[in-house]
Amino acid sequence: MALFRKTIEKIASGLRKTREKFFGGLASLLRGRRLDEGLLDELEEKLIEADMGVATAMKIRDDLKAAFAEKRITQGDEVIDFLKQELKSYWPAADRSIHFAPTGPTVVLVAGINGSGKTTSIAKLAWRFKHDGKKVVLAAGDTFRAAAVEQLTIWAERIGVDIIKGSGKDPAAVVYDACEAATARKADVLLIDTAGRLHTQDHLMRELIKVRNVVAKKIPQAPHEVLLVLDATTGQNAISQAKAFTAAIDVTGIMLAKLDGTAKGGIVVAIRNEVNLPVKFIGLGEGYEDIEPFNPEEFVEALFL
Amino acid sequence: MFESLTDKFTDVFRKMSGRGRISEQNVKDAMRDVRQALLEADVHYKVVRQFCDDVVAKALGTEVIKSLHPGQLMVKIVQDELINLMGPVDTRIYYVTPPPTVIMMAGLQGSGKTTTCGKLAHFIMRQGKHPLLVACDLQRPAAVDQLTVVADQVGVPCFRMDGEKNPVKVARQGVQQAVSMGRDVVIIDTAGRLHVDEEMMKQAADIAQAVHPHQIYLVCDSMTGQDAVNSAKEFNERLELDGVILTKFDGDARGGAAISVKAVTGKPIKFIGVGEKLENLEEFHPDRMASRILGMGDIVTLVEKAQGQFDAEQAAKMQEKMAKGQFTLTDFLAQMKQMRKLGPLKEILKLMPGMGQQVEAMQMDGDEITRMEAVINSMTVAEREDPTVIEANRRRRIAKGSGTEPEDVSGLVKSFSMAAGMMKQMAGMGTKDRMRFAQQMGQAGMAGMTPRFKVKQRSHRLTKKERDKKNKQKKKGRR
Repeated sequence: MALFRKTIEKIASGLRKTREKFFGGLASLLRGRRLDEGLLDELEEKLIEADMGVATAMKIRDDLKAAFAEKRITQGDEVIDFLKQELKSYWPAADRSIHFAPTGPTVVLVAGINGSGKTTSIAKLAWRFKHDGKKVVLAAGDTFRAAAVEQLTIWAERIGVDIIKGSGKDPAAVVYDACEAATARKADVLLIDTAGRLHTQDHLMRELIKVRNVVAKKIPQAPHEVLLVLDATTGQNAISQAKAFTAAIDVTGIMLAKLDGTAKGGIVVAIRNEVNLPVKFIGLGEGYEDIEPFNPEEFVEALFL
Repeated sequence: MFESLTDKFTDVFRKMSGRGRISEQNVKDAMRDVRQALLEADVHYKVVRQFCDDVVAKALGTEVIKSLHPGQLMVKIVQDELINLMGPVDTRIYYVTPPPTVIMMAGLQGSGKTTTCGKLAHFIMRQGKHPLLVACDLQRPAAVDQLTVVADQVGVPCFRMDGEKNPVKVARQGVQQAVSMGRDVVIIDTAGRLHVDEEMMKQAADIAQAVHPHQIYLVCDSMTGQDAVNSAKEFNERLELDGVILTKFDGDARGGAAISVKAVTGKPIKFIGVGEKLENLEEFHPDRMASRILGMGDIVTLVEKAQGQFDAEQAAKMQEKMAKGQFTLTDFLAQMKQMRKLGPLKEILKLMPGMGQQVEAMQMDGDEITRMEAVINSMTVAEREDPTVIEANRRRRIAKGSGTEPEDVSGLVKSFSMAAGMMKQMAGMGTKDRMRFAQQMGQAGMAGMTPRFKVKQRSHRLTKKERDKKNKQKKKGRR
């Protein structure tokens, strides 16, 4: 129970600013007003400000309008409850769990653009899985960026998990070794770090596909999860990122990093709409324990606390 | 596919210019599309609102409605306003005497500060200065190591104090070190921080207080969404920025943050990061940027890019060959290789005037070019020089060698000879005519004229199983 409360507190503090900015402002915006075109315009702008995107904002606006036309809502005050319901329905429970391998190591491939927070997110995931009593091995697959391997090594030491490093510059080779090591050491989870890459760089995306193929060849059914790390401050380009990474390596879910700022991360709503990717975890700080599984109930609830 | 702002604008104004006369309502309708385009480019909604109001007011004031070419005039107004919004930009770095000039970098986590430090050092070095990098990011694991490696790559020294926990102290000592080493520029890398993190923001202000930087740059991710205004505003209030460096500009983000950040802070974008290499830092040009957004092409950047890559002598030779109609597949292959050095073909084409909209239609993806290369590579030298010798047997051999189908080979040859003919025509024209010609071609469906495959869907090579199956069918057919 204590852990649960901690969760709420963490998201609450992380989203406090968000709430004040977005939904806090929303409540005062809506109080005692009739739902007319003017109010809808203002609402739409609020949704856009949360990075939900024009298309998504317009969809929600239309839904609101329809509900209003059918007299399901009449007053501005009812809008918040309506929005809560609508947003919650975006993330059904089924697709948020981690898919574990029945036997052998569960392989989690982590990718994303430069600076989205991959290495820190891997540290968080490692801590979480270790906390759950699993034996975790990290693969230092970012052979490109200066000192990326050192960064992950420091995390591995702090958390107390094994790390596999390569000697060369070929990430596929590192991952090959890591797959063998994870199997030999009977690890439960293998977390693979990869270099940040812009989704528009064809050759780098091909490199990523190769990494995925190596994993698939070494361990049957792997990778069991392919997580795309998204910076919560990212705007509409995140959709483009989600599409490109999904096309290349078949992403299974999103880790939404840096949700502890004022950024709303509303882009995940648009991504759910357009690419149909679930959010699996959220990152809320710089420490390795600052990770929570994504829970839409809490996510939306915390927005309105 | 991500709908780029460029396409949107072009579309809006094509619609407008088609109408001839324009009413006040038309202007407002068109601006609605402009609004959406800007919002999709992540420009903050308040900035968008202001921008649209300004444009409408200006458009009505200048009597766009009564003008002969309302579409063109509107484009000009929108373009001017965009330039106004992003400019004026002064990309000079002002060095002080006596040295050292102290430059401090700040920004959110993952915006690209450390990499940008290296790029800026490289840039400054080319101006004949001798920078020193100072590693004040004591927060992120191995950030100091990263800066050390980056400094090494650039070939400048890096000041670090291992074991020290206080970045203010490191910054102060770093500047002193620069004085004693005779370095004339100091670039201070700081930890990434959230603008709402009071403690960390105070620390940044303390560093600034301690070393009195002559320039403080905010490093901002060009993919940032609406939140860009909040962080930029806070950083500006705490640190009094001198400029902004936008990173990751080589992606497909439209970089609306550039407009938002300038609008809320009033501080200009000075540089943009356009790649993973240390030399990939460019000066920011609002006029070029506005042109790019408006789909008028960015020919200046293209020329600059090309000059960096092409050998002038070779280019002249090529042009001569084109003019004489001697342009062969060998030359074509060489050109494709050079083009690749410039970057993804799509990105290059977007820089060409009038080509913006065609890029999508052309579907010249990397795979297709690779396959075209494969086909040419599978030809003998004689075949490349004179593709007319390719008959059924040769065609089959080439197809087999390149993993394509015989139809692909003939398709490529046919469209190549068509393109070669056009090149000959174009080579005889002046620049102006050539541009007009290119635009006409674009409208006439240039897509079908460039060398390309007839059959587009064959993006994968057949697997062994599929190949066997196909061969079996072939054998059956023969019997």
